[in-house]
Amino acid sequence: MNGEFEPMIIAFCCNWCAYAAADLAGISRMQYPANIRVIRVMCLGRINPNFILKAFQLGADGILVSG
Amino acid sequence: MGCSVKHPPGDVTGAVMVVGGGIAGIQAALDLADTGFYVHMVEKSPAIGGVMAALDKTFPTNDCSMCILSPKLVECGRHININLMTLTEIESISGEEGNFVVNLKKHPRYVDMDKCVGCGVCATKCPKKVPNEYNERLNKRRAIYVPFAQAVPLKYTIDRDACLYFKAIDAGKKGKCKICAKFCENDAIKFDDKEEIIEVKVGSIILAPGFAAFDPSKFDAYQYTKSQNVVTSMDFERILGATGPTEGHLARLSDHKEPAKIAWIQCVGSRDINHCDNAYCSAVCCMYAIKEAVIAKEHSKIPLDCAIFYMDMRTFGKDFDKYYERAKKEMGVRFIRSRIHTIFELADGSLSIRYADEEGNIRHEDFDMVVLSIGFEASRDAREIAKKTGISLDKNNFAVTSCFSPVSTSVPGIYAAGCFQEPKDIPYSVMEASAAAGAASTTLAPARGTLTKKKEFPPEKDVSGEEPRIGVFVCNCGINIGSIVNVPEVAEFARTLPNVVYVEENLFTCSQDTQEKMAKVFKQENLNRVVVAACSPRTHEPLFQETLRASGLNKHLFEQANIRDHCSWVHQKEPALATQKAKDLVAMAVARAALLKPLEPISIDLTPAALVIGGGVAGMVSGLTIAKQGLKVHIVEKENRLGGHALKLRKTFKGETVKTYVDNLVREVTEHENISVYLNAEIKNLSGFVGNFVTTLTTGEQVEHGVIIVSTGASSSDTEEYLYEKHPNVLKWFDLDKKITDEPERLGTAKAVVIINCVGSRDDQRPYCSKICCTHAIQNALDLNVLNPDMSVYILYRDIRTYGTREELYQEARSKGVIFIRYDLANKPVVKEVDGKLNVTVTDHVLGRPITIEPDFITLQTAIVPRGHEELSKMLKVPINAEKFFLEAHMKLRPVDFATDGLFVCGMAHYPKPIDESITQALAAASRAAVVLSKEEIKVEGVVSHVNEILCRGCGRCEEVCPYGAIAVAEREDGIRVAHVQGALCKGCGACAVACPTGAADVRHFMDTQVLTMVEAALGG
Repeated sequence: MNGEFEPMIIAFCCNWCAYAAADLAGISRMQYPANIRVIRVMCLGRINPNFILKAFQLGADGILVSG
Repeated sequence: MGCSVKHPPGDVTGAVMVVGGGIAGIQAALDLADTGFYVHMVEKSPAIGGVMAALDKTFPTNDCSMCILSPKLVECGRHININLMTLTEIESISGEEGNFVVNLKKHPRYVDMDKCVGCGVCATKCPKKVPNEYNERLNKRRAIYVPFAQAVPLKYTIDRDACLYFKAIDAGKKGKCKICAKFCENDAIKFDDKEEIIEVKVGSIILAPGFAAFDPSKFDAYQYTKSQNVVTSMDFERILGATGPTEGHLARLSDHKEPAKIAWIQCVGSRDINHCDNAYCSAVCCMYAIKEAVIAKEHSKIPLDCAIFYMDMRTFGKDFDKYYERAKKEMGVRFIRSRIHTIFELADGSLSIRYADEEGNIRHEDFDMVVLSIGFEASRDAREIAKKTGISLDKNNFAVTSCFSPVSTSVPGIYAAGCFQEPKDIPYSVMEASAAAGAASTTLAPARGTLTKKKEFPPEKDVSGEEPRIGVFVCNCGINIGSIVNVPEVAEFARTLPNVVYVEENLFTCSQDTQEKMAKVFKQENLNRVVVAACSPRTHEPLFQETLRASGLNKHLFEQANIRDHCSWVHQKEPALATQKAKDLVAMAVARAALLKPLEPISIDLTPAALVIGGGVAGMVSGLTIAKQGLKVHIVEKENRLGGHALKLRKTFKGETVKTYVDNLVREVTEHENISVYLNAEIKNLSGFVGNFVTTLTTGEQVEHGVIIVSTGASSSDTEEYLYEKHPNVLKWFDLDKKITDEPERLGTAKAVVIINCVGSRDDQRPYCSKICCTHAIQNALDLNVLNPDMSVYILYRDIRTYGTREELYQEARSKGVIFIRYDLANKPVVKEVDGKLNVTVTDHVLGRPITIEPDFITLQTAIVPRGHEELSKMLKVPINAEKFFLEAHMKLRPVDFATDGLFVCGMAHYPKPIDESITQALAAASRAAVVLSKEEIKVEGVVSHVNEILCRGCGRCEEVCPYGAIAVAEREDGIRVAHVQGALCKGCGACAVACPTGAADVRHFMDTQVLTMVEAALGG
């Protein structure tokens, strides 16, 4: 990516709020960088700290946990 | 209360019409449709949502309004037993309770609802811009439009008055434009759409047409029409809103500068009989102004000064006073008790407010923006609706109801909910909606389930043991995805992914014809997993899942990749990166799909009976409403008689006699064949879960029931202040009531009486308003005035909180010479005994000097306090708030539900409230309880936790973290302690799975492996 460092970000989003907010960003055509991959869960209660460690281990540069 | 059943069973229609698609109409429709009635929902605009859809945040929780509303919109739009009719109005009504015939007029949409997929290309191409009503006309929309992004139904509408084609046609010329039709890839534009008249048969009608916001244009003094920087509170909601004219940036409209000072002016169009005819209080403006000030401060990048100019601060609801105090002390919002004289516009667009302070001094202060807290008026359609239905309206054009039948209009079978009756906030609108549904179901109970529909699906194919065969369907969404993301490239990539055996591109995957084709492909290709790469699963997953079900596949064998809302729409300038992201999202979905397993819904039997704890008015009304629907009810009362605190009350704020009502209610409850009353009884022990509770009473009886309604009430506190119990002429509030009834002559000889408000309310110990005291004090003052017009009656108060039409009592009391003196918490009245006589000293708020009164007696409006809730809350495992009132599941939208399924709350156990509101809540609780009890069994989705008993060591960490009481450790027959999930209560949040130290607990459909495989796919791609 242009030779410059571009982080790959994994986002865990709650279906009821943060995922809905990401949908709304789309509906509102808010533009943001393309290096984020959203994973939907039914509640942030589902996010085990191990998920975050595992994601870093697999090469994620940043993790967003939002809900 | 619902009307008694006049018809023989089966002679009533099992359908209800709900008029108005705001939050009240939505709640009523959902409750009815969930209890076995078919609902025709009529909304005159193109989409449901009402005013709540336009609010930014909601008080006192600061929840995002749309975030909490939109799931209800979607549920309503998708419900198989709700027939949503938008752009529709009532034409005429005939028939009577149980059997109405309604003629409806359906206006043309000029867009084919079956063909429009809501892609929005038409609106981007439409050349005509007009003011956007959703944003209070502060920005523009196109002539073909959806009112707002989250609209239900998400179908475009042509505004005929604005459309260039129709304008030409209507002017007798040849219509040309038609650009929308040219660009609509689905051929959905229907210029020849016509008005239709539809006849519908229903058993009841619920009217919830909402309110009209007051138009301040007529007030010259406020400069609303002259200055862009004077806005209404509704305008300000949109300015704060992320989808508003400034996209959520706080800015003045004249120069787009960020304001540093904003003023709110209260009671614009309320409590005002000089400039308008609205004598009543609009009940919600104090709270929404505080909320707007708090949210504005949060939005502002610079320190923002917010000032609220008010007469009385009416923060009377649950947690409202705490919100007010926090705004004042923590957020620094200034509250200025004043009367506004005029507003001047200054050269730079700022505004100078000239006002009289409490002492009567004229002052002025400059602000960058002024927000007018506009009041509520009756719906503009109210008179028309009244004419067509025959219901009575009051002088303000609000629907007439009685305090004892708070949702019944003057016509049997026609109910009113929400602001159609009088101004009120969202939770009370929701309660009234449920109450109206409860009242309607009482009459229509014999026809329950006669008109509802049920979806029939073929038996499910067993795919266990099969290798995954995944089909991937990549959607172009017209040009929404395809113009940014290279869809053929994504489809080609999908073919290379493991387990993928079929890939297809669609123009619109969601369209009816594509769905039919997909169902055939599932069979032809023998697919056992399906991935759709398109829009958001939040809107479309249920549609695709239904296609799976119709093809004999379990609906959980589906996964959706959101390559539109999360990709093409937000990376419009980076097509290559968007395409790469779309590929990753598809790879993630495919990886997850391979690991998905079929899930079965869980079914559990239920006992169709209710346990009501507390036999006051709320408990009796909820019990009776359920019993009248043919269900068994057990009412448990601690005292030796039914009636609770209503036995002490004389009359409602509308003047109706409480005793007669309570006597009749007690008789009806006692005589009802479906009700068992247990007096001198309390709950000793309770076990079980929704649908299956077993309760042991202190009297030894054991009852089985499916739901619990908590209506334990509250009582008035005692006090050590003001010589209470030290001087015989210092009384508590209901002692005066008793004297007015029992010894009016003796009372009439008194020369002076002092009533002190807020005794033990709104202080550090009890930071809440007891809500009923102001109105009660004023009613007693008026009655004393009748007994002896020469008697001097003083009401010592902090704010007069006669909300809604109660305000008229306040005005009457002032006109009759009742003397109102305001005091501060820091400067309370002092009551002394001088030579055996009472002596009250209070600082007069206008004179600023102490005055002394020598009353014959004093009555104290002591605080309403909950009793014994700690113990009961532990037994029921439901929460109480800091003041020990029971805490509902959600303050706005679930006001009578507990978070735990099958438990409900009503009456003063929830918060102090007058009898009419207790009855409303009781009806609402009965309606919500009926949602559980009207079903043959309890069915829950399969996305629930489960425990691998071999790995479980019974530590109980899962039990500690579960918010729903759905998992508990218990001893097995072999003596080993393991956790057990009660599927009926589990919401699948996964907290137990995270807390579990051994990996024994996991959530079906969101198992560790199913989540982590997506992380791997995202990072490996």
